[in-house]
Amino acid sequence: MMSDPRSVEALIDRLGTGLVPVRRLLPAWLRTAGWLLLVAAFAVVLLMHYGAQPMLRRWAATPDLAWAGIGAVITAVSAAWAAFALGVPGRNAAWAWLPLPGALLWIGASGLGCLRTWIAPGTAIAGAHQSADCLLFIIGFSIPLSALLVVLLRRACPLRPVLTAVLIGLASAAASASLLEICHAFDSAATDLLTHALAVAAVVALNAAMGGRLLSKA
Amino acid sequence: MSQVLTATGLMGLDSGLSLWASLDQTVPADLTAANDSESPGQRRAAWMAAAQGGDRRAYEKLLGDSVALIRAAARRQGVAPDHLDDVVQETLITVHRVRHTYDPARSYDAWLTAIANRRAIDALRSRGRRDSRELQDDFALDRHPDADDASAATESEQRARRLHEAIAELPPGQREAVEQLGLKERSLDEAAELTGRNTGALKVNLHRALKTLRERFHGEP
Repeated sequence: MMSDPRSVEALIDRLGTGLVPVRRLLPAWLRTAGWLLLVAAFAVVLLMHYGAQPMLRRWAATPDLAWAGIGAVITAVSAAWAAFALGVPGRNAAWAWLPLPGALLWIGASGLGCLRTWIAPGTAIAGAHQSADCLLFIIGFSIPLSALLVVLLRRACPLRPVLTAVLIGLASAAASASLLEICHAFDSAATDLLTHALAVAAVVALNAAMGGRLLSKA
Repeated sequence: MSQVLTATGLMGLDSGLSLWASLDQTVPADLTAANDSESPGQRRAAWMAAAQGGDRRAYEKLLGDSVALIRAAARRQGVAPDHLDDVVQETLITVHRVRHTYDPARSYDAWLTAIANRRAIDALRSRGRRDSRELQDDFALDRHPDADDASAATESEQRARRLHEAIAELPPGQREAVEQLGLKERSLDEAAELTGRNTGALKVNLHRALKTLRERFHGEP
């Protein structure tokens, strides 16, 4: 175990022998854009199926829901971006705070939904059955979105695997919640908000548990 | 539509953030470069950029130059001098594997130090785990009955040897009585028959022998 400068020299020699040109990692924003292509593809399919009218009508009636949707989109983009940035060694850990403003908007505007009965008494409120559908929707879409992020980040070098995995979970859950806006037949109430929070927490926790391991192998 | 809007909005945010990050990292290098044409940090960054293109000479110079930086980072993390070389090797292997993640527009030293710090922490953790396991093993060994058995066996062996020596030194009559009655566990009648002595004499000899032995062992300090 004592210092052996020769073994370090031998290692450098061996690494030099095995040197081949490498393709540099693309900038974080470009890789984020690549991931957003998949989200956009899902969005296009859902829009083709449901049309934009129900969503726009609902947003016009309840602007706080529109803000929540925009907050979810910002959270998805910024969390994915932060995850890609943290995949490069030497980047500031403060990148992890990037999704915070979007998440505050998302959570804050959704929270207004709890006051639904005062703001817009006429809107439909989700029952327990519909809430379960929301849960499955968010988790179901989060799986391929998380998987793609993990694959893309394994090519990078996330030195903080668990933090990166949490960001992956947040990005995919927020993106799924954004997609849910397209086909959400009802407005957020306390039960619905709770379901969304549960789904997001489950996706983030699953990623932290599994993703951390998947990423640290890279 | 809102996706596109927010994406472009965040692109501005990113360039702002990366400007802030690069200011943080490159200002010292720029200051040192004011006197010299190229600082060591800039030289290493250029070597790494060349190594990414497959330049072996630049790569080997870079790795040789990196060893001191890695050792310094590991020492700052609290790695013991004996284990610095392990961290150096682990870090060099990681550097080789993830060399495509280095962005030549940024500081090589910051990139390398982040990897070295991580490997140093890994080394400390695995050493901590190993040490705690070894500590528990020592503890178990202390408590394990085998330890007592081993020393006890040696001790009783020594005691038996000393007893045999003492018996051998007894006068012939007494020794005969101990051997027949004590060691071979014969009855008085059997012993009398075998030795040709009467039972009374055997009893007397045994008592005398025991007295002699008792005095010998208890008299000893």
